[in-house]
Formats: sequence, structure tokens, C-alpha cells
Amino acid sequence: MRLRIGTWFMWTAVIIFFIGLAGVVGSVVVNSLGTRWFDTWLPEGWTTDWYGQAWDEFTLLPVLGVTLAVCLLVAVISVLVGVPASYVLARRSFPGRRALYLLFLLPILMPPMTYGIPLATVLYKYGFAGHLSGVVLANLVPSIPFVILTMTPFIEQIDPAVERAARMCGARTRQIFVRILAPLLVPGILAASILVVVRTVGMFELTFLTAGPDSQTLVVALFYSMSAAGIRAQQSVDAMAVVYTGMMLVLLVVALRFVNPTQLVARVKEDVDD
Amino acid sequence: MTQGQPAARPGTAGGAAWRQLRLEQVTRRFGSSDALADLDLTIERGEFIALLGPSGCGKSTALNCLAGLLPLSRGSIWRDDTRLDTLPAERRGFGMVFQNYALFPHMSVRGNVAFGLKMQRRPRAEVARRTDEAIRLVRLEEHAGKLPGQLSGGQQQRVAIARAVVLEPSLVLMDEPLSNLDAMLRLEMRTEIRRLHQSLGLTTVYVTHDQEEALSMSDRLVVLRNGRVQQIGTPEQVHTQPANRHVAGFMGYRNILPMRAVAGNVVEGDGLRLTGTAVGTVSSGDSVEVAIRPEDVHLGHGIPVTVGVVEYQGREVAAEVHTAGGVRLHLRTGKGLRPGDQAEVALDPDRLLIFPIVPEDA
Amino acid sequence: MVALRHRLADRGIDRQLLLLVPATVFVAALFIYPFCYGLGLSLQPAQGGPLGAYREFFADAYQRDTIMTTLRIALPAALLNVLASVPIAYRMRGRFRGKRLLTTVLVVPITLGTVLTAEGLLNFLGPAGWVNRALTGIGFIDSPVTLVHNYWGVFLSLVITGFPFAFLLVLSYLSGIDPSLEKAGATLGAGWAQRFFRITLPLLAPGLATTFCLTFVLAFSVFPSAILVGDPSGTTRVISIAAYEAAYVRYDYAGGSAAALIMGLVELIVIAVVLGLRSLLYTGTTSGGKG
Repeated sequence: MRLRIGTWFMWTAVIIFFIGLAGVVGSVVVNSLGTRWFDTWLPEGWTTDWYGQAWDEFTLLPVLGVTLAVCLLVAVISVLVGVPASYVLARRSFPGRRALYLLFLLPILMPPMTYGIPLATVLYKYGFAGHLSGVVLANLVPSIPFVILTMTPFIEQIDPAVERAARMCGARTRQIFVRILAPLLVPGILAASILVVVRTVGMFELTFLTAGPDSQTLVVALFYSMSAAGIRAQQSVDAMAVVYTGMMLVLLVVALRFVNPTQLVARVKEDVDD
Repeated sequence: MTQGQPAARPGTAGGAAWRQLRLEQVTRRFGSSDALADLDLTIERGEFIALLGPSGCGKSTALNCLAGLLPLSRGSIWRDDTRLDTLPAERRGFGMVFQNYALFPHMSVRGNVAFGLKMQRRPRAEVARRTDEAIRLVRLEEHAGKLPGQLSGGQQQRVAIARAVVLEPSLVLMDEPLSNLDAMLRLEMRTEIRRLHQSLGLTTVYVTHDQEEALSMSDRLVVLRNGRVQQIGTPEQVHTQPANRHVAGFMGYRNILPMRAVAGNVVEGDGLRLTGTAVGTVSSGDSVEVAIRPEDVHLGHGIPVTVGVVEYQGREVAAEVHTAGGVRLHLRTGKGLRPGDQAEVALDPDRLLIFPIVPEDA
Repeated sequence: MVALRHRLADRGIDRQLLLLVPATVFVAALFIYPFCYGLGLSLQPAQGGPLGAYREFFADAYQRDTIMTTLRIALPAALLNVLASVPIAYRMRGRFRGKRLLTTVLVVPITLGTVLTAEGLLNFLGPAGWVNRALTGIGFIDSPVTLVHNYWGVFLSLVITGFPFAFLLVLSYLSGIDPSLEKAGATLGAGWAQRFFRITLPLLAPGLATTFCLTFVLAFSVFPSAILVGDPSGTTRVISIAAYEAAYVRYDYAGGSAAALIMGLVELIVIAVVLGLRSLLYTGTTSGGKG
């Protein structure tokens, strides 16, 4: 009998959670499509005008362009830099390996605000912040370690004997990377870059601290328009939020073709000290 | 090609005619322990050498040092007058077959075999011709377009061999290549490897923990234990004249008894007095160990024993018997024995080896 | 030359390690250097000597209390997320239809992020939102309850983003525990509760500790939702707001850096305590023997 009650309780919790989730997303969507909505279950009428208004008022096109550019640059650079490092960390043992591993773990464990504030200060000092380059540099800080950690299991599942076999066939390190490892790591690299894109689109703090007026990503623009609520119509802000949601969902659908949901969450290796 | 003909063409990685590969004091240390200590070995061209020993004896370390996949801690490797141990693995011109085959999973059989030739930037026509030749040699023509995942274990093994020999390497290294196959296939592949070795005249170093495999395939055996060479010799020498009790134990001398020497070739202990053949110097009063194979313990007049466990093994039975003094002996016989039977056994004095106990290897 | 290379190679040092250089340089230049720079800044306040900024932070209750405010939000939220995940994930660890759909839906709030969640909560839980309408509609309450612009708004936003995160991690840890261990327990006469508490839970505990740390990190760095659905000058004035205000509203870089570093330190202390407790637990293989 206790089992039954447990199951019942569990499903109630899950259902409440999903109702909440649906309500959160749904109310944003409904509000963005409604004409006037005050003290009723649903708006008085429906319209898509808010989207047009949001598009003009918040200059959504350039914002989307910036978001896309930042994500792609961050993904490409962090893969190029992170994958070789991940390879060495996964395969080799050398003095200082643990220390280095910890170094790469720290940016993921630290609150973005903690290093974001000094980082933004440094980036302003050297003139990067306020531009696209500053936003990209700041977003690389958690992304490179993230790629390193995501790639580790993918690299570990490649039998090291395969690389040794290639060397015995006369392949040099570069050839091993290009002809053996790269093709075998394609799924992992795809997964890692999509995860980096998802995280970068959603990364608020670092972009917020380093972006200038012309280098805001969607999530930061959304935050500003929300903070400035009252000046602009709430529905228009919600329209923008729906655009953001739509973009995220598209990414999510793409991402889930390559990775399982758990990987989206985190891929921190269980034992840091081995 | 027939045996003895040069395996390598001029200009290939194997180099022109060479005579010997020499390993001089090859040592590999992990931390403070020697995984391999002072291995001296001269390999003649065309020889088939087996490195034999239990797991952890250093045989795979030796192979990887030779391949260049592990740096040496000390010592050197020479091909005639060319020093090889300073070259990276990819420039030594050796071929290797790995225990789990290590085929490139994303390449077809043909792609796997052709890989090394492509790395040498051979002309396309030559790559195609030599790849086809090697695939034909291991009889995989019908499977040339398949990926390794679509092949059986035995077929994967053949691809690995073709990939290793296509470059006509001066030395082929094989790391327990048969250990992942089932018993039937293992026998078949054993013959196959031997056939390839004979027809191509490939110099081969073969690592195994299976003494039967080593005895049946190799020209010479190197028996290793705890990173040190115990004995180097032909299969017959190692089989009939093991250099010490460890080699004996490994070569199927299941009965190893601690005893005390009373004369050069007579020993006593646990109520038994046995005559045998001393290996090394044994003087009266020494602690010794005597070793004899189960097949050299015969039923007949001699020591009275009681039969314990009996295992049916086809034409023979293997039995464990014990003497009145509590000594347990293993024997094999064609006669039917049953647990609890009383019998008498005789130990062949020519086949009973007496080893002095050397303190360092205790 | 050869001998030296030999000796280094013997210790695992060779040219391949150069592949680590780009990543190390990036992290050093963009993480370590700013960190040290921030530390330097925090030690050079306009007045009060090297530790002035820190002294000021701890002397001013308005600043000092942000630590407790943050912990009061982050610790219960992280704890609830992890603890609620365990029984639910335990029930769902097997295969069933719709599992993939369920996990996919759960990922949605994680990808949406805190800003959008905040916007949604404002609409959904606001005085005229669906929740209050429903509650007044069924007569449960007379006047709308305040669920946003206070502690509960932030807390709920952390549950909505944090629970799926914790759940998916716990689920993956649970799936990593060999199911035959519980079957072995059953053959030895252990009941449902005994199997869970004596076999599964001990094997899961280290994973729970890790999950708690990661969930806590997420909750601890709460910033946008604390401003948007919280009460950013009162009950949800978390430490990241204090750091941000110091640096970008008052342009007191020393104070901002000091607050940021204190924030990092507090977080690391909590993580260190949890991981310290975790090291007392059994950590190792969760399969029942050979692969």
C-alpha cells in the first residue's frame, strides 16, 4: 500500500511541476499574442502586432545576428582549442595533470559573476569589452573547459591501440589527428559544439557584463527590455521572449538529435583525481 | 616467394638486406620497479621469436619498447649498425598486430590495409596493387569493402595481419593476437600465421602467455618472469630442459615439490626418496625443488598412493593422488581410475628435474 | 640532448603536451589573469588600506547580509531539487514508454534560462496570473497572494530551472548502478526499502553530492531572476547584485572585485564541505563485478 501512495505522490509532484512549466511558457506565449489582457482568463482578442513592434523597437534583426555570430565563433574556437587539450588530458599522464584538470574545472564551478566582474574590467582595460570580440572572449572562459569535459568520454571510448596501430603504419601525430581521431570524434565534436551554442545563447551574466549597445545577445536584450518595463508594452517584451524561446527550442531539437538530455545538463567526470 | 628470400624490397621501410636485430640491455622502468630488465636478444632475419610468460612478466612491455610505443629507460636497439631506439615508432619500419586488432573502425578493410602505404605517399596504382595483394594473401577478397564492425573475430584478425605485413616490414610484432578467438579458430589462425611467416619470410616477434602456442609456432622462445629473462632457447630445449623451476612451472611441470638433497641427484622429503636429474649445482643438504610433468608420473611399482580427484579428459584421465606422507601428485594415465582407489606410482628419474632454490627468486 | 628527451619522455613529458598550450593560455589569460587582477584591484581601494574593501564589505550590514541572503535562497533550493529528484528518478530509472519525451520536456526549462523563466513567472504567478485566478476561483483564497517580487519568486524560478538539472543528473547516476545488484539483494531477502537504503542509496550518495554541488553552483550564482522576479533591494538582494552594483553602479571596482571574490570563496567553501563529506563515502565502481 505504501508503494501506491509513493507513486501517487510522485506523479502529483511531477504533474504540478509540468503545469508550472506549461504555465510559465504558456502565459508568455498567450500574452505576446493578446490584444488586451487584464483580469480575465484569456486576452480579449488576438493579434500578431506585438511581434512587428518588438522587431522594430528592439532591433531584433541585428540582435539575432550578434547572437548567431557570438555562438558560432565561441563554438568554433572552443572546439579548436578544447579538443586537443581534452585529448591530452584524457590520454596522457604527466606531472601536473591533476592541477591542470582542476584549472579547467574552476571556470565551470565558479559563479560567472565572480570571474565575470574582474574579467569585464580587464576586457575594458584592453578595449575588447563593449564589442563583439569582448563578448566572444568572455564566453570562451566557460566554453573551453566545457568542451574539454564533454569530449573526455568521447576520446576515452576510442581504443588507444587504434592510434598506436596508426603510428605503426607510419602515421605522424598530425596525420593521426586528421585521419584517425577527427573522423572518429565527429559525433563528440558535434555534440560539444551544439552544447556550447545552447549554453552561449542562454549565458546571461558574462554577456551582460561585457556587451556594448551593439553587441548584445538576445538574452541580454531581453533582460534590458524587461528591466525597462513600463516604458515598453509588456506584450512586446513577451513577443521578444517568444522569439528567444523559439530559437532555443529549435536549437534544442537539433541538439537532441546528437546528444541525450543528460549531456545537456553537465558532463563532469565523476573522478577528478584519477 | 619462398622462405629465406628477402622480405623487404629495396627502398621500403624494411630497408635493404639486413642481417640482425639486436636488443642490448633493454630496460623499462615504471616508477621504481623494472617492468623489463636488461633484455639482451639477437634476432636473426627470418626468425620467429616467441616472448612467453605469465601476465605482468614484461613481455608486452618488451614488445612495446621494440615497437617504439614505449620509450626505453636504458639500453639500445640496433638493426645491424643502425640505431633504432632513438627513432619514433612511425619511422622504425615495423609492423604490429594488436591483441584486440585495433582496426580503424571508420575505414573499410581496404582502407585499413592501404593506410600505411598512403602514409608513405606511394603512387595510387602501387597502393591499389599491394593492398589487393595483401588482402588476397589473407583470403578476404570478398570482404574488402566491409567495415571492421561487419566482420567476425577471425576475419578482423586477418585484416590486422594484412595491414601489418603490407608494408613488408623488417619486423612484425604480434601482441597475443589469438587470445580473443575461440579455441577452434585459434588453432586455425595459428597455422595461418605460421604459413604466412614461412611464405613471406617475415621476421616475427610474437608475444603470448600460452606455452603451447609458443612451442608450436616459434623458432626460439624467450621466457620472461618479473621482467627478467629466464631462458632463451628452441622450443625443444625449453620444453625438456627448463632452466629453473619457474620455467618448469610454466612449461607444464605441474608437480613441484620442496625437498632436501641427500646427494647430487637424490632427494628426500615428506617420507619420499626420489632420484632425478639435477639442473645446476646441487650439493648434499641443499634445499631444492623437484619438478615433474603429470605425464611422467606412471602407474606401476613404486610409491603407494590414494586417488583423490579424477578428471576425464578424453583419451586420458588426469588424477590427483596423495601419498601417505601427504604429498599431492598430478598424473595422467589411460587407465581408468576412481576416487578412493589405491595404486602405486613411479617417477621417471630422467624426467624428474632437481632445481636448487636460488634466494633471489623465492 | 637525446638523453634528456629520453628522461623527460620517461616521465610523460614530450611534444604532444604542446596540444595543451592553447587551452591553458586561454584559461590563464581570460580566467587566471583577470582573477589575479581582480584580487589586486580589491586590495587597492580608494581608502582604508589593502584590506579596506573587505573591511567595508563586512562592516556594512547591507553588504554583509547578502551572503546569508544568497545562502538562504541557494541552499534550500539546491537541497529541494536534489532530494525531490531521488525518489522520482528512482521510480523512473527503468525503461518505459515516453521516457525520452519526458526527459526532453525536462530539458526545456534548462535551455530557456533564468531570464525567460522570470518573465514567465511574472505573468503566471502575478496578481492577475492564472495561478491566482485559479486559487481565487475555487475559493481557496480571497485576494491574490504575492508570489513574485519576493523570496518565493526567486525560489520558484530556481526550482523550475534547477530541478530538471538535478533530476537528469540523478537519473544518469542511477542508471549507472548495475540493476543486478538490487536483484542480488532481493534474492538475499531484502525488501523494497532495504534494497533502496542499503544498496542503491550508498552507491548513489557520491553522485548525489556531486549533483548537489552543481545544482548549488547554479542556484548560488542567481542574478537575473533575483532582479526580475525578486525583491532586489530587500529579501533577495543576493551577493551577485551587491558585486554588480559596486562595480557598475557605483564604479567602485575595488568593492566590486572584493564582493565577487567573497562570493567565489563562499561558494567554494560550501562545495569543499560537501566534497569533503563525499570523500568519506564509498566511491568506486557501481557495477557488480567484471564489466
